[in-house]
Amino acid sequence: MMNKLSQHDGPVLEIDKLSISFFTRLREIPAVMDFSVSVQPGEAVGLVGESGCGKSTVALGVMQDLGKNGRIVGGSIKFKGRDLAQMSPEELRDVRGNEIAMIYQEPMASLNPAMKIGRQLMEVPMIHEGVSEKVAYARALEVVTDVRLPDPERMLNSYPHQLSGGQQQRIVIAMALMSKPSLLILDEPTTALDVTVEAAVVELVRDLGKKYGTSMLFISHNLGLILETCDRLCVMYSGEAVERGSIADVFDEMQHPYTQALFRSIPLPGADKNAHPLVAIPGNFPLPHERPTGCNFGPRCDYFQSGRCDQGQIDMEDVAGNDRHATRCLRYKEIDWAAPIVVGEQKEKTKPGEVVLKIDNLKKYYEVAANALFGGGTKKVVKANETLSFEARESETLAIVGESGCGKSTFAKVLMGLETATEGEILLDGQNIEQTAIEARDTRTVSDVQMVFQNPFDTLNPSMTVGRQIIRALEIFDIGDSDQDRKQRMLELLDLVKLPRAFADRMPRQLSGGQKQRVGIARAFSGGARIVVADEPVSALDVSVQAAVTDLLMEIQRSEKTTLLFISHDLSIVRYLSDRVMVMYLGHVVELGDTDQVFSPPYHPYTEALLSAVPIADTSIEKEHIVLEGDIPSAMDPPSGCPFQTRCRWKSEVPGGLCDREVPPTRSLEPGHQIKCHLSDETLQRMQPVIKVAAE
Amino acid sequence: MDPLSWTGNIAFLDPLLFFALGLLALSVLVWIVLSAVLPENRAINVTGGSASLSSGPLVLAALAVKAAFLATSALVAVYLLLGIVMGTGAGIIGAMAQRLLPVWIALVLLFTLSILFKRKLGLYGKLFDSPIGMIGFALVMFWVFTGFFGAVDMIITHDPLAQLSGLKNKVPGTPLRSPEDGDFLWYLLGGDNLARDVFSRMVKGAWEVVKIAPLATVFAFMVGITLGLPAGYFGGKLDTFLSFLANLILAFPVILLFYLLVTPEIVQTGLPQFMAVVLFAFPLIFFFVLINARYRTQPQKNYLWLAVVLLPMLALYLMVVNAPGSKVDILPTALDRIDIPGGILVVFVSVVFVNSPTVFRIVRGLTMDIKTRDYVAAAQTRGERPWYIMLWEVLPNARGPLIVDFCLRIGYTTILLGTLGFFGLGLPPESPDWGSTINEGRKLLAIYLHPALPPAFALLSMVLGLNLLADGLREESLKD
Amino acid sequence: MGLFILRRVGIMILTALCLTFVVFFMTNLYPNLEKLAKTQGNFRMSDEAVASWLEKGGYLQSTPKKYLEWVGLAPSYQHQAEDGTITGRCITPGMDPKDAPRFCGILQGYWGYSSVFKDEVSSIVATRLSLTAILMFWVMLVMVPSALILGVLAGMKEGSATDRTLSTVAITTTATPEYVSGVLFIAIFSSSAVGLKWFKGTATSAMDSPNLENFLLPVLTIALYGMGYIARMTRASMTEVMTAQYIRTARLKGVSFPKIVLKHALRNALIAPFTVIMLQFPWLLNGVVIVETLFNYKGFGWTLVQAAGNNDIELLLGVSVVSVLVVLITQLISDIGYVFLNPRIRIT
Repeated sequence: MMNKLSQHDGPVLEIDKLSISFFTRLREIPAVMDFSVSVQPGEAVGLVGESGCGKSTVALGVMQDLGKNGRIVGGSIKFKGRDLAQMSPEELRDVRGNEIAMIYQEPMASLNPAMKIGRQLMEVPMIHEGVSEKVAYARALEVVTDVRLPDPERMLNSYPHQLSGGQQQRIVIAMALMSKPSLLILDEPTTALDVTVEAAVVELVRDLGKKYGTSMLFISHNLGLILETCDRLCVMYSGEAVERGSIADVFDEMQHPYTQALFRSIPLPGADKNAHPLVAIPGNFPLPHERPTGCNFGPRCDYFQSGRCDQGQIDMEDVAGNDRHATRCLRYKEIDWAAPIVVGEQKEKTKPGEVVLKIDNLKKYYEVAANALFGGGTKKVVKANETLSFEARESETLAIVGESGCGKSTFAKVLMGLETATEGEILLDGQNIEQTAIEARDTRTVSDVQMVFQNPFDTLNPSMTVGRQIIRALEIFDIGDSDQDRKQRMLELLDLVKLPRAFADRMPRQLSGGQKQRVGIARAFSGGARIVVADEPVSALDVSVQAAVTDLLMEIQRSEKTTLLFISHDLSIVRYLSDRVMVMYLGHVVELGDTDQVFSPPYHPYTEALLSAVPIADTSIEKEHIVLEGDIPSAMDPPSGCPFQTRCRWKSEVPGGLCDREVPPTRSLEPGHQIKCHLSDETLQRMQPVIKVAAE
Repeated sequence: MDPLSWTGNIAFLDPLLFFALGLLALSVLVWIVLSAVLPENRAINVTGGSASLSSGPLVLAALAVKAAFLATSALVAVYLLLGIVMGTGAGIIGAMAQRLLPVWIALVLLFTLSILFKRKLGLYGKLFDSPIGMIGFALVMFWVFTGFFGAVDMIITHDPLAQLSGLKNKVPGTPLRSPEDGDFLWYLLGGDNLARDVFSRMVKGAWEVVKIAPLATVFAFMVGITLGLPAGYFGGKLDTFLSFLANLILAFPVILLFYLLVTPEIVQTGLPQFMAVVLFAFPLIFFFVLINARYRTQPQKNYLWLAVVLLPMLALYLMVVNAPGSKVDILPTALDRIDIPGGILVVFVSVVFVNSPTVFRIVRGLTMDIKTRDYVAAAQTRGERPWYIMLWEVLPNARGPLIVDFCLRIGYTTILLGTLGFFGLGLPPESPDWGSTINEGRKLLAIYLHPALPPAFALLSMVLGLNLLADGLREESLKD
Repeated sequence: MGLFILRRVGIMILTALCLTFVVFFMTNLYPNLEKLAKTQGNFRMSDEAVASWLEKGGYLQSTPKKYLEWVGLAPSYQHQAEDGTITGRCITPGMDPKDAPRFCGILQGYWGYSSVFKDEVSSIVATRLSLTAILMFWVMLVMVPSALILGVLAGMKEGSATDRTLSTVAITTTATPEYVSGVLFIAIFSSSAVGLKWFKGTATSAMDSPNLENFLLPVLTIALYGMGYIARMTRASMTEVMTAQYIRTARLKGVSFPKIVLKHALRNALIAPFTVIMLQFPWLLNGVVIVETLFNYKGFGWTLVQAAGNNDIELLLGVSVVSVLVVLITQLISDIGYVFLNPRIRIT
């Protein structure tokens, strides 16, 4: 029994002039306005935009699941020619999960923790096709095999918490495919995953889309991902679609200033912090109830013309000559899109100075109980950092790259003194600090080594004013003789991070993410820090804000001659701003060298895979396709021998199973470039660059 | 003198009130049935163009509930207003409304001012956005004001301990048999089995609750916070030990503890006083650490603040703990200005003792959650000492749930005090507190209702108010 | 899992020892003993007479020693009078001291002798406890299902009419302690002043033959207060679960609303209230004491009041041991049950 809607020629999904609003006690908040897009059979359409632009609301609108306060206030959503808003609850239930399926951002949260995975999968065909348990089980087994999960029967018999994040996401994908839907909506499906796992999931989605002939609506903030997965895309800004067209048209012949600004603010392989700095989009994303009249992007647009761009409603207009390419810009015909970027002031490359920080053979082991809840029993040793050795110089940016569990955060903790080292040395200006906990460090040492944190919403104490928090840091660092002095210094710090002085009296909740991150930076530099550990300082920020915060960090570093340890998993930004790069995997430094050395062959096999995994939003880039199998092993239970051997595609090149048995020694390939690998020099020389710029 | 009826000359309003109440019940019923039967609507009609949420029968039913509620409230207000004007002319209700005039004035003042300045008052101001919270707050403040004014003999009609002849177990509205000059002429809510005025005792009983419950809760919070923060923050052995202690007390049946602790014999041994020495020391410790952590880097300011805050507290502490002739007698009698009767002290101490482990558990849980935040890590990396982090970085951000629990806990303490009174523990037998009064009244309940019911309703409405207040606060604090 | 239960049992025994020691310590404070001596002997005893009476009973030893004797881990105290007769806890009248066992404490089954009821403590506790067990059985039967249903119905659709009404009901019952609701019930349903007289205001007769007329009010009184609390917990838990992502997943899979509630939400939503129900025991005991006093039902709670009020130390100790054990065992069940209900922490 198949109860799908009848066949329909034409688009699978057709959204026409859709407007969605949320209603609060005080007012109506429009979340999506005048939004149109259509998805043809077998087509993948990307929906891209920054947080709060309404892209997820569109997805929920399609699912007719806007909650108590959300309403569709205009336009229509047609699925296979039928208006979803007109359907009865019963009809809608038949469509959901059966014809339209959805995949969400957080796999863990979207699986029922108290229900076995098999049951959750089998439920779909049992509801929609009324099949027996046996048939449903067979189908579940088949689909789980399709999403390339090992040991499908065991998977079906597990609870969600027994699986890793990557596996959970595959289960969610399997669940969506159970009834072979015609449309799949993916809402940031890989945001919570590590880069190499993300790459594998993206590939899976692409392949399965082809195999099952499913149309896709792919929602993401990452242009690179959209490029890799979609045929067409729609760029959204502040509740509106601003540009719509095929990937090639939008990426290479963009016709909207926002799209252009977006591309200029992300670090593509050509960007360089000195020669080609990123161009940040000025200003802030408007709040839904504070949108300007006329063009929403107007106040932040370089091409803004008053009297024209700020008047009335602006409609989508088709761009002549291209296939279904439309833009919401009045001036798109007047703008010279080919004009080169006005390059900001070019900066001298700073010369690295003396060695400030020297790490020698640092080890950090933890003892943890094997079972957290029930305590007791055997203890396990987690080797969070294994023989870390490197130097960092004044004014230098050293990037530490790695995925979850690689030990980068543990290293930061040991450096800051929140933990003490198990073995080895950390020398700050020649003095050992590895065994000195933070309480025992003198004020100078503490203020010298400071940190910028990842999550802007967590980095400031929500119940203390911004000014007070900076002043407290000054008090602790013994700076200034009087309260007056410190207040003055605090205001200067706000100037330094380009925030208005009035912000001193604001509470953190009144600040945007980027502004909070600036305060975090001001606080870190309040004691004249010489070494700053930046733990993914921009990864939680929107693309357009990232560039501005990154530039600020670079600028302060330049003027203060700070040593910056930049922890990140994003190789694009690392290539853009760092002088040297250190790649870590499961506590080991697998590769260390200049940025150029690390980003060109010979690579460590892990670096190679990492480079291939990072999506790049540039159509002229050709990447070698390397997909790592499986997940990152747990640090509690690392593989024998080389930590990377379980996923390494070069393993067969090493004779005698050496990789299984021995941790490779660290070896120097050329001055300043070292890797930890058993591969012979000849094999390494054979490696090809992963990223190539295609000839124009 | 004639006995008073319930509503006197405004009895013509009674049918109206009953009608309004009936309407309210009916509309609520319809509302529930409709909301269960009707499906949720998803889209709104575009052609209609109005930007309101859903419409239809459900909205109408909700409106009806609102209207019926407003009508009932308005009628009650009319009763009260007429009562204030007419006094005994409007029967017992009117007379009570008039006696409570100071409370009404205080309530109106408080609400007008609060609503006027609600945007500047933080969480307290936001309370006035929530109808539930406002109702709860009004109930609580009603009893607080009643307690205050009752304590200065303003509302009461008779001495709560005086026994007037011929009024034993007399029904509400009974006139005095031989009134003297200046006497109020009726027992508004009747007389109890010792011929005392039930109304006046109920008003005086409010003061017993208002003076003990919030203060005991404050002390319980001081203890719970001072121990819960380090347990949650440091974890490990300290946490294991403190949690074990807390669970020990929690596993103790409260009533058994009271029976063991609140007896004259135990007071003789000085045990409650020793407990007081320990429990009352926590605010001192708390404020010492609070100030010291904040001004650690500026010694002069530190000493100044410590002196200003701690010296008066220390003096107060010594005076409270010290009692001449008992086991704890360290101060010269001349300096011991505060004397708390042993009975009250033991009640106070045991209520604090019973409440603090729960507070401890809440604070510990919140601390374990908040200590993983980046701003705590930021404080650690700039070399802040643990106590600064606990008191200035963690505690302020745990305030939402703690304030909510504070309200609930005052309610719980009120119930505990009532329980003590009900079993005749601790408080003197003639005490007008609600628990004791209910206990006395229940013995003749089969025949005379009026002595037991007023304190029962008083206690119910006060605790209900506190619960509603907590609910309103929770709702509003979640909206941030 | 076995290890886990073993650890919990160990902690439980430790807790029980600590708690009974506290009770033992407080009941054996000197003023209490003095009072005991005077009630047993006569009220005009001199201080010396009190001291010698206590000496004879072995009450003047150090508290830890007395405690160990009472538990049955130390040999029992024996007093040799000047005339050579030997008396002691273990020696029942008429028994030859040589035949008497050396240990006689709780562990040996010797719970002492009640000075008020003039009977063995163990038999008093057993009969009274069984009476209370009947009461608690009915209370649980009324309270738990109705609280859960109330909570689930209210939490199913947050902010709906059902939710608001049921929440108001729940909040009102939590604000009504047993001594208030009990008084109200008696006033409304059994007093001659109102005249309904549907039920009886006392439950004394229910000790022999419980029926609706004499048993409904006490059961309802205890159940009502707890019901509101559990219902509110369930509601909170249910609303939280209903906003969880996996419920949205289920909804967008096309699962119908009743099935979402029954198959996806219920099990997750009941984990929290389950522990709450179990942890409510120490305080349900409160309700039992109040209600048994109020309705004159001579069960365990009533015995507690009698023992405490009359300084019947041995009976009070026995009652304490039982109540502490009941509380601790329910906590143990709650811990273990939680692990079973929640697959996330179950050992695989």
